[in-house]
Amino acid sequence: MADSAMDCRKASTLLNAYLDGELDLSASLELEAHLAECAACRAERETLSRLGRRLREGLVRHEAPAELRQRLARLTAVPRPAATGRWQRRQFLAMAASVLLAVFASGGTTFLLMRPAPLDPLADEVVASHIRSLMADHLIDIASSDQHTVKPWFDGRLDLAPAVADLKAEGFPLVGGRLDYVDHQPVAAIVYQRGKHLINLFAWPANGPSHAGVRTMTIRGYNLLTWTAGDLTYWAVSDVNPKDLATLQRLIAQNTGATPD
Amino acid sequence: MDQADFAGVVMPHLNEAYSLARWLTGSAADADDVVQESLMKAFKHFAGFRGPEARAWLLTIVRRTSFTWLAVNRPRQLVLTDDEAAVEAQNRATVVTLHPKAAETPESLLAEKEAAAQLNAAVEALPAPFREVVVLREIHGLSYKEIADIAEIPVGTVMSRLARARGLLLARLGGSAPREVANGR
Repeated sequence: MADSAMDCRKASTLLNAYLDGELDLSASLELEAHLAECAACRAERETLSRLGRRLREGLVRHEAPAELRQRLARLTAVPRPAATGRWQRRQFLAMAASVLLAVFASGGTTFLLMRPAPLDPLADEVVASHIRSLMADHLIDIASSDQHTVKPWFDGRLDLAPAVADLKAEGFPLVGGRLDYVDHQPVAAIVYQRGKHLINLFAWPANGPSHAGVRTMTIRGYNLLTWTAGDLTYWAVSDVNPKDLATLQRLIAQNTGATPD
Repeated sequence: MDQADFAGVVMPHLNEAYSLARWLTGSAADADDVVQESLMKAFKHFAGFRGPEARAWLLTIVRRTSFTWLAVNRPRQLVLTDDEAAVEAQNRATVVTLHPKAAETPESLLAEKEAAAQLNAAVEALPAPFREVVVLREIHGLSYKEIADIAEIPVGTVMSRLARARGLLLARLGGSAPREVANGR
């Protein structure tokens, strides 16, 4: 790098690093000595320096669209209860306690028929995702009632092909699909409609031991239904009644072959 | 790091991530896909991230994801050569598109707008290896060492690619390479 007589070709290459403030001291001194003697290289320094200024000032700095920002915030939301979440939970516990009191006070047993909420953090997260999807005005990424549109859409994004069926004739029209984030991984969410109610059907690769058959539960007033078919775990969640949810599960199994293990 | 810190540590660099993806893929829709994929990767591996340079870490992921994404989805668009003959051929092929149609605006404003449009178009037209070093240097203001780490090339290559990229830009924008400009004045 440090020949005593610097030629213009070498100076030209070093000029870039020099103007970028990346040239070491000895090479800089040598270049400056050459510049002092060579008008052509001084002119080139001006040209390059002007170009650098134009680039720094003129190149477009693209901004992330608000929609993308919101989607990412939602996808990377950590499902740990924040202050409001804790508050809601407390409120729920208070409510549950008052219900129990009412049961004992009235001496009735009808309330006890309600299935107790199991301590299943995953189910809790599924419910949270369901609620979020309805609240955040981001229910679907891809709106389509066509299973042949929704299914490949997931395949291209998540590398998994969840069972998607158009069940309009059976009273469960397909609304669309979106990407969501549950159990520390991106998951597919397929949205169906039942009357005025929406059903989220989550799907992700099965990991760990899975329960055979279909499990049902009720959490915070939402009905859940989960099963594993092949290498995917499915969770259906909605405020529709458990019977409708079971019907949907059966229809999907019949139409797609995603029958519970 | 804890995933709960993701929003505070990584998300502040979302605009830079998006801008880089936009420059590398050349389209808003593609950048959207690439950024989402990159951020999900970053989120997934955030537990293993030790810091402190979240920005460089994220840009590395975005850059890698961009090229993988292009290779899969836009294989014909991706020119990864820094071979000068190929670059010259491409320059000749696209040079016509560098003069946007004049709109009806005051002359000075028009000239300014046109110059900015030409500048951006000239960088967009650079082959990927030259474009990325220019973007990382002039938009993101990164050092040669940081660029070398992100683009996974030696520092010497960063220097030579930047020099050649600027030569190409001058040839395109000024109608002559710096050497000829220097000699002609």
